[in-house]
Amino acid sequence: MTAFIARRLLATIPVLVLVALFVFLMLRLTPGDPAAIIAGDNASPAQIEDIRERLGLNDPLPTQLVIWSGRLLQGDFGESFFFKKQVSELILQRVEPTLALAVSTMIITLLVAIPLGVIAAWRQGGWIDRVVMGFSVAGFSIPVFVLGYLLIYIFAVELKWLPVQGYRSITAGLWPFLQRLILPSLTLSVIYIALIARITRASVIDVLGEDYIRTAKAKGLPNRTILIRHALRNAAVPIVTIVGIGVALLIGGVVVTESVYNIPGLGRLTVDAVLGRDFPTIQAVILVFSFLYVLINLLIDLSYTLLDPRIRY
Amino acid sequence: MAVPDLVDSAAQAAAASRRPSVLRQMTRHPSVVFGVVVLVTMLLLGLLAPRLGTIDPAGIDPVWRNKRPGTERTVTLPSGETTAFVHRMGTDSLGRDLYSRVIYGARISLVVGLAVAAISVSTGLVIGLLSGYLRWLDGIVMRVMDGLMAIPGILLAIGLVSLWGAGLTTVIIAITVPEIPRVVRLVRSIVLSIREEPYVEAAISIGTPLIPMLYRHVLPNTLAPLLVQGTYVCASAILVEALLSFLGIGIPPETPTWGNIMAEGRVLFQVFPHNILFPGIFLALTILAVNVLGDGLRDTLDPRMAKRF
Repeated sequence: MTAFIARRLLATIPVLVLVALFVFLMLRLTPGDPAAIIAGDNASPAQIEDIRERLGLNDPLPTQLVIWSGRLLQGDFGESFFFKKQVSELILQRVEPTLALAVSTMIITLLVAIPLGVIAAWRQGGWIDRVVMGFSVAGFSIPVFVLGYLLIYIFAVELKWLPVQGYRSITAGLWPFLQRLILPSLTLSVIYIALIARITRASVIDVLGEDYIRTAKAKGLPNRTILIRHALRNAAVPIVTIVGIGVALLIGGVVVTESVYNIPGLGRLTVDAVLGRDFPTIQAVILVFSFLYVLINLLIDLSYTLLDPRIRY
Repeated sequence: MAVPDLVDSAAQAAAASRRPSVLRQMTRHPSVVFGVVVLVTMLLLGLLAPRLGTIDPAGIDPVWRNKRPGTERTVTLPSGETTAFVHRMGTDSLGRDLYSRVIYGARISLVVGLAVAAISVSTGLVIGLLSGYLRWLDGIVMRVMDGLMAIPGILLAIGLVSLWGAGLTTVIIAITVPEIPRVVRLVRSIVLSIREEPYVEAAISIGTPLIPMLYRHVLPNTLAPLLVQGTYVCASAILVEALLSFLGIGIPPETPTWGNIMAEGRVLFQVFPHNILFPGIFLALTILAVNVLGDGLRDTLDPRMAKRF
């Protein structure tokens, strides 16, 4: 087991290195003069030279790579062009809202999607199943921002139940915090629910065909026990895998949702950075999100042995 | 060369006996029919946009800004005569006719969707075929793909667009890059299973060169799954383009795209929701149609996949 964890940890290193290399090369291999592109159309030659200096673009490529990765390993992403402070500091300031949004979305998703998927599988072909499958196709097709505005219009503008936009830290009290988190989390969770409900249904249907399910039924176990203890537990591995892969969707969704709801998190920072041609920040956000994504999937890989003792490494 | 001919004619016979039934199944599948009907409608709207009672989608008119759907006005035609014109979907905050913008917007969405699907599928196909077949290449290619897939697609696209600048071509390429690894993986997995088949062994044993072999024996097996995958790629590309435009980092704002129209309507959304509503409906409906079409194609072309989902 320890050997397995060590091996998996080691295996993620090349992936992380590749991600960093891509992000590094993204700027350097851009056709034309990257400094001029970042500086914009109205920049003076002095400004372009300044940017080139600050990004270290005057050195030969290998030297740049060594300096750049050395700083990266120390958590130094450089100074933001637009916000005029250290990017690492900027990112730390923006983590809280994004974390709150991501966690509440994940909670809503799992609470809704898994029961829906299990019920749909149990009543395969019935009306509940059709509704769930229809919802999952629709959920995949409605763009996050369209849904966001729809929910704002219904619940904030027309019904006035919830605030339109904004974010409050949890230190300002639980209700103001939750109040502003409900709509964004609901918005963001729809596509995720669609994904997870679909895979839950599929893997539970697979398991329901197994002999031990028939045995459990023959023993006269109640349906609930069969579905949860026997079916869902054995269907857990593919579901958890998709939960991990779906984090990419969640990250993409965070960028949009935070813009729609005016939440000052990492997603909003990404968009502001692109609009402000703030390349050090863009780079850092891509790195941070990608590393998180890889790490979450690593944790999920490691959890397989807990979920299914048959899996041994 | 009697043997390859025999193999080919057998393959053709098998294909011929299967083709009509699959095609009939496809044309009768409700998802396929729905998807095709909606898509063809959107395609016609885009193509015939100038003839559908639209006016210049970029024509700014400060007097007529922020009008609600159904507002009537009189316009002077170039010929000099005046005529009544109804802003069916209202106007935006610069006085541009929303109906015209939404109809013209269909063009960009469909072009982006189709272009991204075509480019990513064809590039992914070539890389996947070679990587699945040439062992020495496989390791390197798959590591690169793993690295690319570790970057969430939308972020990668955002990063690329921020460097390459806004524009139709850059948006298409930026959306294509994150999609390629998924196609490569799919093709590679098919190739890996096909290369163990007896008919491929037979072809190798009679000395078929690499390229004809890939083309004749491996490629046909990848077409059905690729068509399905390509449909999903198309849906996701339409979505990502709208999203980039909406965030203000995609197609330049004067071009009418559904994302741009919504970006423009964001500020006054609480008072004039029509700027978000109409393009939103068109966008969601188009993506839904492409996704549903993909599901239908998967059910009919790739029954093994259909059972899994």
